[in-house]
Amino acid sequence: MRDPRLIRLAPEDAVLVVGASLAAGETLALDEGETALPAPLTLGHKIAARDIAAGERVLKYGMPIGVATRDIARGEHVHVHNMRSDWTPTFTLEDA
Amino acid sequence: MTLTGHPRADGRKGIRNVAVVAYLVECAHHVAREITTEFRRWPDAHGGDGVHLIGFPGCYPNEYAQRMMEALCTHPNVGAVLLVSLGCESFDKSRLHRAVEASGRPVETVVIQGVGGTARAIAAGCAFLEGELPGLAAAQRVPMDVSELVVGTVCGGSDGTSGITGNPAAGLAFDRLVAEGAACIFEETGELIGCEHVMADRAATPELADELRGAVEKAARYYATLGYGSFAAGNAEGGLSTIEEKSLGAYAKSGASAISGLLKPGDAPPRGGLYLLDVVPDGEVRWGFPNINDNAEIAELMACGAHLTYFVTGRGSVVGSAISPVLKICANPETYARMQDDMDVDAGRVLRGAPLAEVGDEIHAKTLAAAAGGRTRSEALGHQEFILTYKTFEPLGPACLPAA
Repeated sequence: MRDPRLIRLAPEDAVLVVGASLAAGETLALDEGETALPAPLTLGHKIAARDIAAGERVLKYGMPIGVATRDIARGEHVHVHNMRSDWTPTFTLEDA
Repeated sequence: MTLTGHPRADGRKGIRNVAVVAYLVECAHHVAREITTEFRRWPDAHGGDGVHLIGFPGCYPNEYAQRMMEALCTHPNVGAVLLVSLGCESFDKSRLHRAVEASGRPVETVVIQGVGGTARAIAAGCAFLEGELPGLAAAQRVPMDVSELVVGTVCGGSDGTSGITGNPAAGLAFDRLVAEGAACIFEETGELIGCEHVMADRAATPELADELRGAVEKAARYYATLGYGSFAAGNAEGGLSTIEEKSLGAYAKSGASAISGLLKPGDAPPRGGLYLLDVVPDGEVRWGFPNINDNAEIAELMACGAHLTYFVTGRGSVVGSAISPVLKICANPETYARMQDDMDVDAGRVLRGAPLAEVGDEIHAKTLAAAAGGRTRSEALGHQEFILTYKTFEPLGPACLPAA
C-alpha cells in the first residue's frame, strides 16, 4: 500500500512524485516496504520507487527523463545530484 | 454561452478593442510610455479596454520584427494604432503604417524628430488617442462563435506539479475547444525535446509528422549550441531535474487532438484545429536565445492571432500581456495559497483529490467568460508585459498546413 502523497504516473516508472511537501523523518510507505525521509522534500520533487543503477534510464510518465549518474537507493530523492539530461545540462543556482 | 466580438475588415473578430501605442525603436520608448500612462485610468471613467504599449527596441532592420509588428498592430483585439518613431531608426514605419491603414483601423505615426521633441510628440500622441478612445469604447459587439476563437498556451515558472495538474488540465480544455471548431496553438519547441516522436504520431499527414519532428530537432540543435536548455534555475528548485522531464510535462498542454499544422510567428491558423508554433529561428544559430522569457512566446502566439493565452505556472508567474488577455492556471496548490490574487484557476487541487476533468471544464468556462469580456486576473491587476527581439525565419514549407 503506497502513501497517498506519492504519485505514480505510469506503472513502469522508476520514480514517484511527491504530491505534498514532506518533513524530514517522515515515514513513507512505498509499494514495497517503507522509507524514512532523511531531509524535507518539496511538492513536485521525486523519490526512487526502487533501486536504480548508475547509467540506468530514469522513467517518468513511462518516458525517459534522463540517466542516473550514480546508484540511487529506493526512497532516495532523485534530482540533479544523481541524474542528468540526455540533451543539455541542467542549470541550477547554488542556494536553490 | 453566446460570445460577442468586435468585427474587423479581414473577417476576424476581437474579444477586446484596445488602442495600441507602438514604439519603433528603444529611443522612442519613453515617449510612447508617457502617452500610454496618460490614459492608464481612462477605462475606469469611460469604459472600454484602454491603451496598451508594445514596441521593438532594435535600430537595425529585421524582417521577423517587421512582420511581428504588422501582425500585432492588425490583431483582432486592436481597434486603433499610434506609431511612435524617433525618426532616424531603420524600422520601416511607412510599411507598418500602410499595413494598419489597409486593415481599416485608424492609425497615426508621430515622429519625435519631426514634431520637435519629447513634449510635442507626447502631446500629438495624446491628441490622437483622445480622438479615438471614445469610439473604441462605444463600439458595438456582434455575435461571435466559439469556432472563431484562437487560443494559445504557454507554461512558465514550471515545476514538478505543472505536468501533473495545470498542463494536462489545459490540454483537456484544448480538446473541448478544438472539438468546437476553435483554433488552439501550443508552442516552445525547445520544451518538446524528447516528445517529438509521440507528438509526430498525432500529425494529420506523414509529411506534417516530418515537419513536427524537424522543428524539435532544430530546437535541440539550437539549444545544444547555446549550451543551455529552455530551463531556468527555478524549474530545478521546483523538482524538475532535466529538460526532457520539463518537456514531458509541457507537452501535456497540447491535449490529445490530432495536430492540424505547424505555424511560425505571424502565421494565422487557416481554420480550426490544433497547431504547433515553431518558435526557434531557422538557419545558423544567431541573435541569442530563441525566446529570452515567457512574454516573447506570448507575443508570438498573439502574432498568430491568439485572442487569449493560457499561462500554466507552478512557481507562480504574475505576468499578463498587452493586447490579449492571459488566463493564469496555477499548477501548484502551495503557490496558489500564497498568490491566489494573481491566479484565475487553481489546478493544483487535483493533488488534493479534485478530478482533472473538473479543472479542464473550469478552464474552458473561464475561456468563454474572458472572451465575452470578463477580466482575467492579470488584466485586473494591470499587467501588460510585452517584448520583441531579433529572429530569422524562412517561410512555411508546403507540408506544414495540409488541406483539411
